[in-house]
Amino acid sequence: MCLASFDPRINRLAMRIGATVRYALAQYRQPRYPLAGILHIFLFVGFVILSLRSITLVFLGIIEGFTLPGLGGALGNVYMVVKDIAATIVLITCLIAMIRRGVFKPKRYDVPARYGKNHTTEAVFVLLLISGLMVSDALFEGSLVAYQFQSHLETEMVLPMTLKGMAAAVLAPNAASTLQAVHMAAYLSHELIFFFFLCFLPLGKHFHVITSFFNVFFMKLDKGTVKPVKWDVSEEQLDGLESFGVKKLEDFTWKHMLDFYSCADCGRCSDNCPANAVGRPLSPRFISIKCRDALFERYPLWSGAENEKTLMDGVLEDDEIWSCTTCGACEEECPLLIEYIDKIVDLRRGLVDEGRVPQSLQKPFSALEKRGNPYGKMEKKRSEWAKDLGYVKVLGKKASAQTLYFVDSITSFDDRIQEIARATARVLQGAGVDFGILGSAEMDSGHEVRRFGEEMLFLELRNRNTEAILESGVKKIVTADPHAFNALRHDYKGIPEVEHICQVLERKLVSGRLRLKKIEDPHVVYTYHDPCYLGRHNGIYEAPRRVLDAIPGIRRVEMERSKDRSFCCGGGGLMLFYEPIEETRMGKLRVEMAKKAGATVIITACPFCMVNIEDAIKTSGLEGKMKAMDLVELVLQQMDWGALPNSKPTAETHSEAKNGH
Amino acid sequence: MEILVCIKRVPDTSENEITVNKEGTDIEREDLVYSVNEWDNYAVEEAIRIRDKVGGTVTVVSLGSEETEEVIRREMAMGADKGIHLMDPALEGSDGRGIAVALKAEVKKGGYDLVLTGAQADDGAGQVGGMLAAMLQRPFAALVNHIEVTGADTLRIGREIAGGNQEFSEIRLPCVLSIQTGINEPRYVGIRGIRKVASVEIPIHGISDIAVPAETVGKTGARVKRIDYFTPQLGKGAEILEGSDEEIIDKLIEILKSKGRIK
Repeated sequence: MCLASFDPRINRLAMRIGATVRYALAQYRQPRYPLAGILHIFLFVGFVILSLRSITLVFLGIIEGFTLPGLGGALGNVYMVVKDIAATIVLITCLIAMIRRGVFKPKRYDVPARYGKNHTTEAVFVLLLISGLMVSDALFEGSLVAYQFQSHLETEMVLPMTLKGMAAAVLAPNAASTLQAVHMAAYLSHELIFFFFLCFLPLGKHFHVITSFFNVFFMKLDKGTVKPVKWDVSEEQLDGLESFGVKKLEDFTWKHMLDFYSCADCGRCSDNCPANAVGRPLSPRFISIKCRDALFERYPLWSGAENEKTLMDGVLEDDEIWSCTTCGACEEECPLLIEYIDKIVDLRRGLVDEGRVPQSLQKPFSALEKRGNPYGKMEKKRSEWAKDLGYVKVLGKKASAQTLYFVDSITSFDDRIQEIARATARVLQGAGVDFGILGSAEMDSGHEVRRFGEEMLFLELRNRNTEAILESGVKKIVTADPHAFNALRHDYKGIPEVEHICQVLERKLVSGRLRLKKIEDPHVVYTYHDPCYLGRHNGIYEAPRRVLDAIPGIRRVEMERSKDRSFCCGGGGLMLFYEPIEETRMGKLRVEMAKKAGATVIITACPFCMVNIEDAIKTSGLEGKMKAMDLVELVLQQMDWGALPNSKPTAETHSEAKNGH
Repeated sequence: MEILVCIKRVPDTSENEITVNKEGTDIEREDLVYSVNEWDNYAVEEAIRIRDKVGGTVTVVSLGSEETEEVIRREMAMGADKGIHLMDPALEGSDGRGIAVALKAEVKKGGYDLVLTGAQADDGAGQVGGMLAAMLQRPFAALVNHIEVTGADTLRIGREIAGGNQEFSEIRLPCVLSIQTGINEPRYVGIRGIRKVASVEIPIHGISDIAVPAETVGKTGARVKRIDYFTPQLGKGAEILEGSDEEIIDKLIEILKSKGRIK
């Protein structure tokens, strides 16, 4: 880790301490998996309590009657009782956990053949070690209690249902010499297991017992962002860099290496990874495990560093790295706050630097470089969607506005998605927002360009957009594309405040500037699909739901996977161009989930979700039974123009809105 | 192996809408974006791979105006060792033969073992490779989609024939090959790569540098004269379907069904 890249993580201490209390001490994310989570909390609390005892025991072997400072008197007696209970609970937990791992074998722990052999043995072995510690301590103390009892000496308080109590009861009939032998043997076993465990810990997933605390403390605090190419190299100095991104292990930052050592192999990331679910060759869990194995191979315990090789030739595979949609489900789930997106992006930067970019992505990259959009369409056609509306201002020398509607590429050029652009413009107009667009001066936001590792191209797009935005003189920016939203909010600097359209809609509904009429067909059941870059990356879960619920008579259901557990539709931006190796499509699984929830209309708030889900509805043969709609399209359809204060829509707008989609 | 790859800067067909100008003398060039001809890009990648395997140098050469430099630089960012820019007022308006004459002189000057060209160019007639080989009196193979260095002066080359089958031939060096797309997967060249070679000098060769008489090239040397550009009239039986993609697809299926082509 000393050889790793710089990463500034010793900052914002209050936030970090708060996070550590929440995620490490309070184990906040554990109960997301109820059984495993509760078992883990028992083990964790037990460990904390018993660690004091284990330390005491080591000294007891050297100093007769040793107690830790402060635990000598009454407090010590209380501690001993609590510890006895904790030890009993830990043993029971271990037994349940062993049965769970050994007999029921939850699917998420499976190791696909290509990732090596099963990890169950190690897990059960460690559980046995822990059980051994509990039992030996109980025998050590139980034998003493039995002796004290026999000899009518003063005994400390022993609860009968604890391990210690049971050990004492079982051992009671034995002779003092036997008790003495048991006492010694138990002590030695306890110390042997204890020290073996300490040495064994750092070699595998159980290192997290020690590292997780630090891993959580040094967590990434800013969601939705992507780390710079190098933390200690400014954008202006990037051209001087010899190499870009992560190509070999040492290119990772020290925190990312700590991540590898910390991974507890719990499989929650992969269990939630949409790429893994559709059979793409990506499983976040094995990114960590393969890299940890590579670290041990490169820096063995007993000899010097060896095996210098690049990560992409032998450890990881190209398809694995390109398969990620950066949806963030893995990071949302990881109880230890391990990061994946930044690593994937860094690895992609390395691949881009080597020219190892799939052919399917080279065309859109080149088009973005030349035309500012991945389709290679001409710049002057960027605002063509708005032509028929008549009232959409193209900001520039002649026109200005308070608010900029940032459209972005797919919404500007894709036939179907242009409807979202028109709906957004109509709703903004109806809600009395003074807005305009950048027209041909708008470039792709570059959101996926950055996340696909083409940093220099991203910077160029960002700089051009920033200039155009500042020149337009707007005070606010609104967009209907969560990817553009995230880019403008997190990747851009020094531009006006950005909102997603759902936030504007919510505000306008509350203020009464926007009124919605009753749903006509009572049989339609709506469900809301959280786009990754609106939900997980920006925490906007409630605004779109409140907008939906403001429609009188709406029937809305939640899918099993919603909010921070939403399931990615298949990915946006350049992911639409990438041709992955997969067994099924994410969109198809998502449509299944909507069907299971009883929905007939899936509401999204993202153009890419629309593309993927509409495709999936067709390929799943559900056309006619289910449909996808953007939140803005539904709002437009339900808009009560007559009730709008001080706004007489033109006849044309009115009839268009009525006809809907 | 000393390899020369002949490349051309062309309007990118996937990023432009090509229309004929009013006068019918050319295509509308305003608003066009240019890139390296796709076939040539494959040829450069192949040359780099051969060099990486057997050693030597890869040189890219392109004939054209000042802007041509950008595609030479791009291919150098890809991994070509050297670039040569053929530029001279006398070369303007050259036909395919004129270009081949200039390239021939460049090949002679540099003494290359292997000359690669793209099988054709987006805006060309697919003639330069063959003419160049003939002028050099070297063996030539067209539409090559596989190259293997088998000996000090032999190559095993492949070509796709009808039915998706493959044909293999042996060819002796020095030779000229025209390269088909799909021979490899060209590597990506980003802005960073181009900036890295931004300051590398690219020599400009005029006709005096390669000892080509002015009257053999350019407008004067051209034996093919372009006389007209036009958009063909809609013929009988031809129909352009209109509407959204979906509507077009539906209409197309309907037509195919009604004509009995699909059931």
